[in-house]
Amino acid sequence: MVHQYKLAGRNIVIDTNSGAIHLVDGLAYDAIAGEGLAALQARYPEAAQDEIAAVFADIEALKAAGQLFTPDAPYREIASEVKRSGEVKALCLHVAHTCNLTCEYCFAREGQYHGAAALMPFVVGKQALDFLLAHSGARRYLEVDFFGGEPLLNWDVVKALVAYGRSQEKKWDKVFRFTLTTNGMLIDDEVIDFANREMENVVLSLDGRRAVHDRFRKTASGGGSYDIVVPKMQELVRRRNGRNYYIRGTFTRQNLDFVTDILHMADLGLRELSMEPVVGPPDDPHAIRAEDLPAIFAEYERLAEEMERRRGTEGEFRFYHYILNLDHGPCVYKRLTGCGSGTEYLAVTPEGDLYPCHQFVGDPKYVMGDVRQGVVNTAARGKLAGLSVYTRPDCADCWARLYCGGGCAANAYHVSGDVRGIDGLGCAMFKKRLECAIALRAGECV
Amino acid sequence: MERILTITPGNLPQSVQTGGCGECPTSCQSACKTSCGVINQPCEEKK
Repeated sequence: MVHQYKLAGRNIVIDTNSGAIHLVDGLAYDAIAGEGLAALQARYPEAAQDEIAAVFADIEALKAAGQLFTPDAPYREIASEVKRSGEVKALCLHVAHTCNLTCEYCFAREGQYHGAAALMPFVVGKQALDFLLAHSGARRYLEVDFFGGEPLLNWDVVKALVAYGRSQEKKWDKVFRFTLTTNGMLIDDEVIDFANREMENVVLSLDGRRAVHDRFRKTASGGGSYDIVVPKMQELVRRRNGRNYYIRGTFTRQNLDFVTDILHMADLGLRELSMEPVVGPPDDPHAIRAEDLPAIFAEYERLAEEMERRRGTEGEFRFYHYILNLDHGPCVYKRLTGCGSGTEYLAVTPEGDLYPCHQFVGDPKYVMGDVRQGVVNTAARGKLAGLSVYTRPDCADCWARLYCGGGCAANAYHVSGDVRGIDGLGCAMFKKRLECAIALRAGECV
Repeated sequence: MERILTITPGNLPQSVQTGGCGECPTSCQSACKTSCGVINQPCEEKK
């Protein structure tokens, strides 16, 4: 499968099944698209016949090298044979099902996930880490995200769990990679020191401009949180000493000019940026609609242009979805099977219940078990373990399927009613981001 | 090739033999939490 597109004055050819990507001129672009000699001579009268013949020869050479029109023959078989081992390598620990903000767009419904407010006791968190250690098989790196609600509302338990995890690393020959995802309200010097010492990654929620951020991210009294959190985030990042972090925003159809918000973050001195389309029911007034896509696509192109303009300057920044690991990225097994929710990755509620991921929490059909007895919902697990780009009918003809791994099962479930479905709007935005990211990378090569 | 510049040659067919160790990060953990892909993840193949 080959995907061709033109963006930012560049002609890009993606050979999906090999992962090869080519930057070509107009003549080669049309030749790869199937134009014959006569048509090319008519369209490119300045090109001599032997030049066109050379392009045809190059195309054949790329085919022979497995870099163009590569078949997917081995992959379908691999995907059907992949039986996830039952090893778990990542947990999303919901240490607090409560929040000190009241964001109207929150998929967690102000941190409570349709349930009661709760804090995870240390003993439940310890059981979760023990479950992960015992079920991680040969996997050495174990990921644990302290999530919520707002995890800093249960900070002492977070610190105690980090200490417990570290105490077990040598015994089990494992390495914990902890992540803290926070709204920033309770960041102080002690949080900064601890997080910058112990957390592999810190994800900080900021939506961009003050008015945009404060529209949704309000305190219990109804005030905005921008002025509280921005200085704290800037200080944490300043003292992060190069360790991973992301400033993560959410955009809704209320700010379809969201690139202005990304640039605002960059202008605050923040350099590792992410901006996600809001997740919610289609009838939500803030949800992205199909009619919004042209504006969103234009914004993604504007973002790529601006990043290219800032390249090598003090204002340079990275955008999470424009990061491409093309040469040392995921292998075909990962690309075929995606995120691993419900198999390699589980979310844990304050009570210790297991769900396929944070976006399933609160859905009784997807309670997988608990941290004491492990995964017992074999029906749900089997359905999720069988997911691949070949078991989602809508992925059959999609050029991007080995870049998304089949996409987000939770979004697919919430939009289509089936984890084997897709979230069509999410797919459209993913593909546009990917096209922009590759065009941006191509710009580094010319 | 004068008219074709290969940005990346791709390694997916080769990774059928070399891949599958499972040490890579979970796609959704790092930043997005809502709209994951896999191509921005690094390979952490066991040495």
